[in-house]
Amino acid sequence: MESVYARLEPLLPRVRKPVQYVGGELNSSVKDWDDAEVRWALMYPDAYEVGVPNQGVQILYEVLNEREGVLAERTYSVWPDLEALMREHRIPQFTVDSHVPVRAFDVLGVSFATELGYTNLLTALDLGGIPLAAADRGEADPVVLAGGHAAFNPEPIAEFLDGAVLGDGEQAVLAVTELIRQWKRAGRPDGRDGLLTRLAVGAQVYVPKFYDVEYLADGRIKRVAPNRPGAPHTVAKHTVMDLDDWPYPRKPLVPVAESVHERSSVEIFRGCTRGCRFCQAGMITRPVRERSVTTIGDMVEAGIRATGFEEVGLLSLSSADHSEINEIAKGLADRYEGTNTGLSLPSTRVDAFNVTLANELSRNGRRSGLTFAPEGGSERIRKVINKMVTENDLIAAVTMAYTHGWRQVKLYFMCGLPTETDEDVLAIARIARAVIQAGRQATGRRDIRCTVSIGAFVPKPNTPFQWAAQCDAPTVDRRLAALGAALRRDPGYGRSIGFRYHDGKPSIIEGLLARGDRRVARVIRAVWQDGGRFDGWSEYFSFQRWERCAADALAGEPVDLAWYTTRERGYAEVLPWDHLDAGLDREWLWQDWEDAVDPAGAAEVEDCRWTPCYDCGVCPTMGTEIQIGPTGATLLPLSVAGSAGRSSRGDSAGHASHSGSASKDPADPADHANRPHHTHGVAQGHGSLA
Amino acid sequence: MTQPKPVPPGPPPRPPAQRLRVRFAKRGRMRFASHRDVARAIERAVRRSGLPVAYSGGFNPHPKLSYSGAVPTGVASEAEYVDIALTASCVPADVRDRLDAALPPGLDVIDVTESSAGNLADELQMSEWRVSLQGERADAVAAACRKFMAAGRIDVERSTAKGLRRFDARAAVVTLELDWRAVDSVTGGCAILRMVVRHMTPAVRPDDVLAALRQVAGLAPPSPPVVTRLAQGPLGAAAGGFFESGAAGSAAADCDTADGGAATGGVSASTW
Repeated sequence: MESVYARLEPLLPRVRKPVQYVGGELNSSVKDWDDAEVRWALMYPDAYEVGVPNQGVQILYEVLNEREGVLAERTYSVWPDLEALMREHRIPQFTVDSHVPVRAFDVLGVSFATELGYTNLLTALDLGGIPLAAADRGEADPVVLAGGHAAFNPEPIAEFLDGAVLGDGEQAVLAVTELIRQWKRAGRPDGRDGLLTRLAVGAQVYVPKFYDVEYLADGRIKRVAPNRPGAPHTVAKHTVMDLDDWPYPRKPLVPVAESVHERSSVEIFRGCTRGCRFCQAGMITRPVRERSVTTIGDMVEAGIRATGFEEVGLLSLSSADHSEINEIAKGLADRYEGTNTGLSLPSTRVDAFNVTLANELSRNGRRSGLTFAPEGGSERIRKVINKMVTENDLIAAVTMAYTHGWRQVKLYFMCGLPTETDEDVLAIARIARAVIQAGRQATGRRDIRCTVSIGAFVPKPNTPFQWAAQCDAPTVDRRLAALGAALRRDPGYGRSIGFRYHDGKPSIIEGLLARGDRRVARVIRAVWQDGGRFDGWSEYFSFQRWERCAADALAGEPVDLAWYTTRERGYAEVLPWDHLDAGLDREWLWQDWEDAVDPAGAAEVEDCRWTPCYDCGVCPTMGTEIQIGPTGATLLPLSVAGSAGRSSRGDSAGHASHSGSASKDPADPADHANRPHHTHGVAQGHGSLA
Repeated sequence: MTQPKPVPPGPPPRPPAQRLRVRFAKRGRMRFASHRDVARAIERAVRRSGLPVAYSGGFNPHPKLSYSGAVPTGVASEAEYVDIALTASCVPADVRDRLDAALPPGLDVIDVTESSAGNLADELQMSEWRVSLQGERADAVAAACRKFMAAGRIDVERSTAKGLRRFDARAAVVTLELDWRAVDSVTGGCAILRMVVRHMTPAVRPDDVLAALRQVAGLAPPSPPVVTRLAQGPLGAAAGGFFESGAAGSAAADCDTADGGAATGGVSASTW
């Protein structure tokens, strides 16, 4: 297959950061085109610097390339400067590995960590010479599949997709690959539709064209039903069990260009059952499946050896919640003592941060940033979102951090939560002052700081808040302005408290795309045609354009931008994603929603890791189970660990569902999917398809 | 309120026992890497290779590496330098192999030698450059070079981080000529320039010389020139032979429009 590099190279001196387009990263692989029977182009629909560290893409890239006869290459969104030159010189969207046009692949798998990548999908398809609408594609076009968290409601981009894969991607991509191989060997029976039918029936792939959506006169959905035999009524998510069997990435990519995460990452567990009601990631990745201490140790060592990174990130939705996080942190700090290797937990739950962690994370001299996410300013609103951390927990955690040498902590909050009042948001100012006060008192220093980072809450599918009215942008902006003023009011704290916020408008668009249905595709297409690109970047995002295009594209429909966002949904309404099954019991979600907004005060949900509970429905529906420790294993010194080989997780280990892990030692999310827009902390991903 | 300055826990860093000077190339697609990109890649390669690199002290220790002035992004080089401090003595040839294996293809270690305490900037006082001009006729380029060398001063402008700067591009240039050896082998329009330029402040780069050629002789190549630094060395070494010996690749190679790989003239055929 011909590389476009020779034609691309003369253009590169004319664009910003050209090295992002040349490939050749350490640990990247270029397999022989002709030896492969099935070829994947994996896309992360954002800039290279955001996409290249994405764990999901890296995992699938490796899982696929390890297989005989299978080839996977990567492609990312090109910035508008190169896009213009590519159009002028007729250069198609290419992979960075071999610079092959994406149209030449069997599959274009696109990973959507956020909905704001939708316009970038259209750019890539168009540059690639692939018809935007799936219905217009022919035999020579790749199958366009979406994955990632946003794929749990792919309806707004259903028109542009051949399929979507929900959930963990490791096994799903192999199943899809096998079906493509068989179909090709059989002489491509029944063409493109034949393949899509095989994928829908045999690999749990959601194929939008096999489903018809009917609407009521008032704009709500009347019914979503399969339109051909064989297509299931609901499409279930994929769940990988026994993560120790899938220790990817083994050889993380090391880009030459600077990326948003300059570190080697190891996912220490997947899933979270803390039950924070706003958190889509925590709802759709259930149940909790831990990696064992020994596997984590092996992966960390392999990653450091393969990359040379100076920092290791222990990733998950709430890393201090690992049943043996203290053993892991201590074991790794022992191993890497004196090697200038830093250890980081992307964000830590305040009620899980403890002396051991503070000691071990700072022992090697390198302290990465420390982030806590109380999410809500008042005790009342934290109950509403089921984020049961107290102000005392927070003060204790930051005090420990400051006394262990951290000079700065970051605090994440959300604005616009259901039932929120101005007072709930203003309470954040009081918390920030209390944090600084406690830090000054504990350390006797004036140079400690905290940064308050806050963005607007976006209700997401498959959460108890999926029925909620999204807070309108003017209200969000007014509360943020009031908070900013309150933070600046006291000159004694002015310089000690940083304030970062994202205004409410981009969140409204994220809300439109998150809970939209198939009619929203018209809006996305109109925005893209009007020049919309890189909507996750404030310098490119235009609310005005989205607003205008939404009004035009939905004219004549009984729905509009507000209908999709600030409207509360009722129990009986068919939601666009109701035929897509994350395993969550709809009744449970509804009850949790009602509990959250109960005027008498919100009810608390316990974590099923510690309080046996199957109420959310995921385990029974999906045939999965909680896999947690403790395993009792410890990390051996390296010379021995190298030969110790694989995990020695004993019987008491992984599969002890609800095994009373007595050491209740929770922690919290970091970069959940609900982080404010325009922050690129989410490049973590879960091996979700592509 | 004043507190003693906090001291990081653990023992102080070990002092350097050996300084090595590494000459490396930036070839093929890696010419698009910026200096910061290259520095990060080298830092990681040092760690991957397991070399006993010395670290600075403090709460944020960093490896003791010091770089010579880097070529601009988009420019290839056969002669970039970095000095590495090690806490234990190593065999230079061994370091060369380990470091080269740990670097991404296109960043290739050419040579490692023991280095005296000398400062890189003091010892590298001039550079020899090769510039391939696609779509230019050899005689026109030769004439432009003569005009340039005959001029006393040619002010050019370049936008820098500090804004638009105006400076003389002529004084720093020791030699500037058409590479006649390359002309014969060229079938399409392509001319190769060679120049030796002193390191000065502000730095005069090949693109400044090209801007000057445009000014004095209207030379305006239709596509972006491919620039390679061939060698660096002390003043006075440019009399002839010194720089020639360091030059890699055939002079005409950059005129292969296809891949930058060709430009490396077999030195790293396996890379791109």
